[in-house]
Amino acid sequence: MNLIKSLKKFNYEKYGPLIALAVLFIISAITSPYFLKTRNLLNILRQVSYTGIIGLGMTFVIIGGGIDLSVGSMTALIGGLTILVLNSAGGGVGAIVLAILVAVLIGAAVGAANGIVITKARVAPFIVTLGTMAIFRSLTLYISGAGEFRSTSNIYPELGMGSFLEIPIPVWIFGILAFVSWLILNHTRYGRYICAVGSNEKVADYSAINVNRVKFISYIIVGIATAITAVLLSSRLNSISSSNAGVNYEMDAIAAVIIGGTAMSGGSGTIIGTVIGAIILGIVNNMLNMLGVSPYLQGTVKGLVIIGAVLIQRKKK
Amino acid sequence: MAEILLKAEKISKEFSGVRVLNNIDFQIEKGKIFGIIGENGAGKSTLIKIISGIYHATSGELYFEGEKASIKSPQSAKEIGISTIPQEFNLIPELNVFENIFLGKEYVRKNGLLDKKLMVEKTRELMDELKTDISPFARISDLSVAQKQMVEFAKALAYESKLLIMDEPSTVLTQNEIEVLFSIVKRLKEKNVSIIYISHKLKEIKELCDEFMVLRDGELIAVKKTSESDEQEMATLMVGRELSQIFPEKVKPEDEIVLKVETISVDGLLRDVSFELRKGEILGFSGLVGSGRTELAEAIIGVRKRSGGRIFKNGKELKIRTSLDAVNNKIAYLSEDRQGIGILTNYGVTENITLTSLRNYSRILINHRKEREKAEFYVKEFDIKAASLKTKLEFFSGGNQQKVSLAKSLDTQPDIFIIDEPTRGIDVNAKREIYFFIKKLVEDGISCIIISSEMEEIIGMCNRVVVMRNGRISGVIEERDISEQEIMFYATGIKGVA
Repeated sequence: MNLIKSLKKFNYEKYGPLIALAVLFIISAITSPYFLKTRNLLNILRQVSYTGIIGLGMTFVIIGGGIDLSVGSMTALIGGLTILVLNSAGGGVGAIVLAILVAVLIGAAVGAANGIVITKARVAPFIVTLGTMAIFRSLTLYISGAGEFRSTSNIYPELGMGSFLEIPIPVWIFGILAFVSWLILNHTRYGRYICAVGSNEKVADYSAINVNRVKFISYIIVGIATAITAVLLSSRLNSISSSNAGVNYEMDAIAAVIIGGTAMSGGSGTIIGTVIGAIILGIVNNMLNMLGVSPYLQGTVKGLVIIGAVLIQRKKK
Repeated sequence: MAEILLKAEKISKEFSGVRVLNNIDFQIEKGKIFGIIGENGAGKSTLIKIISGIYHATSGELYFEGEKASIKSPQSAKEIGISTIPQEFNLIPELNVFENIFLGKEYVRKNGLLDKKLMVEKTRELMDELKTDISPFARISDLSVAQKQMVEFAKALAYESKLLIMDEPSTVLTQNEIEVLFSIVKRLKEKNVSIIYISHKLKEIKELCDEFMVLRDGELIAVKKTSESDEQEMATLMVGRELSQIFPEKVKPEDEIVLKVETISVDGLLRDVSFELRKGEILGFSGLVGSGRTELAEAIIGVRKRSGGRIFKNGKELKIRTSLDAVNNKIAYLSEDRQGIGILTNYGVTENITLTSLRNYSRILINHRKEREKAEFYVKEFDIKAASLKTKLEFFSGGNQQKVSLAKSLDTQPDIFIIDEPTRGIDVNAKREIYFFIKKLVEDGISCIIISSEMEEIIGMCNRVVVMRNGRISGVIEERDISEQEIMFYATGIKGVA
């Protein structure tokens, strides 16, 4: 009886994603002996880092009541431009630093462009970013002549391929950015304001919060996060395919946020949830591969996981 | 002995082990108006939610027209003839009047298409019956609050309700509209409809109801005939003790003028509004709903665009363009729309209290301890009943929500505090507490503007009263001349400029 009572009182909202991850982890460990190998686990983490980093930025946008569908195309565009800068600057260490800086600036700028249209022209975020999704992809194809951006640097790949203390560099960056995002969301004014704006814009407005600026900044945040992913992705491959890079990244990033318990309607959410959401998606992919499920069916499973996660979260309330 | 329409036997309700209603017995006769009074949290809302099928009683039985009624949902309540006029209207703003009235039970022609003609005709009949001329084609979002309530009435009539539940129907209405409401209620009564009428305004209960029931802390305290009771007794039964003076003694303001508003205009809403506020004064703003009082406050604090006019504080002209400018100039505003504008109902006490004043709690990172200590201070100071600082405000009673709103505004440390409907929808006890807080504020040198539709409040609290009409000031009444009659003269245009 007591157990049932304490189960009822249990805060599913807070720990739901974590429990799902634990269950998935245990099932995977039992089904496949290879799953628990350090190499495999690190591989999963590295794979989820790219969309996970975008997911961190996306968490702010969604909490604020918005959405950004353009991040996938944005990844390709910024990745391509980064390689162009890198090549023209010579491909050395200095060139890499310069390329990264330019990438982050471009990310902030295109995020700001999304944000300006959404807040100033008052067009729905879904529409604006659906439009820029097409624009960014088309620009990428145009610049590259629908081909590939190839880096001429031979040290650039070390960023995306390399490891530090046995852990891949993208995973480090994902971890550090997750910490910074957590800090911003839970311990700064901005974090509180984005929650207020997403909960009730009018209350925020009357509480002396500049609603438009808060929303605008959230699109810059996701732009910067996307830029970092673009750098990591382009350095891992030492190239960017104008037609394939970043395809469906927006889906994976949004899915990570939603599986992590952030409501699509905005108002509240957690960074740790998004991290867990990204990892859940990664493990699912990994297991499907190891179990030999057709890659064409993997999307079906991913879709079911997303819908299932939202259903479970709704039930708790 | 008249026929019994609804009978409740030992109705109890528990929420996660907490008993909020305990063995409530009562019966309502056909064609009678039955009042329910009680403080916030007494169990009134829970009881009517059980009757209207939103909640289910933990134990006890309901009998409707002599038969045991199992009301599973609001829909099944409507089908047997129980309708509710909720406090927050259940209308779809984008649809028009007749579409709302017949929502979910549209008339359909044989070919499967909607029979709009019939629905429009029926809507016209209903509106005639209510003696109002709202067009069936008007969009809900274009209607006034009173008109929306009419549509709710029409909806209830369309279901041929035998029992109509009205939860605080008069709080959103002006004096004239309330009279219209009363005449409709009385007409329904003549048609043998029974009505459950919930109100904090005891005067209305006395005037309108045949019987009333008093709830306190989930217990049935008394059921009495209104003709054998008076407002004093009702209030005493509600709070369980003799009510001492509800309004504090007035404090004489200083001569110093702290706020001077000069010819403020807002396109289409306000024209050349000028007034002065003295230090430590409570300045009342009265007038009918729609006279521009709230719009004036919004124009002063910068959330509504002004088309002209100037604002001076302590002789210095202010440039207020956003609500942040108002906060920086130490002018606070507490909205009449508590849940829509005042507080975040999905967050706790702390986050709400410090939302506007968060700059004082953070450099780069928020100092959570300082924030929590301040919230604890206000909880104690204002006697806010909260299970914890983290409890979401949606679970709070109206009075406690209002106290949190008050704390939120005060935490910006204002010199000038504009309070719009300070006690709307809260119980007598909480009202009294809030009046005494306001008095304490003016004693501390804060100057207050109270916008209120409740005459007693204006008369009981204010040093001077500004009366507005059609976006202009029609008169300013000095303390010795304040009376209900005088205010109504200015508000309706019998006296003053219009």
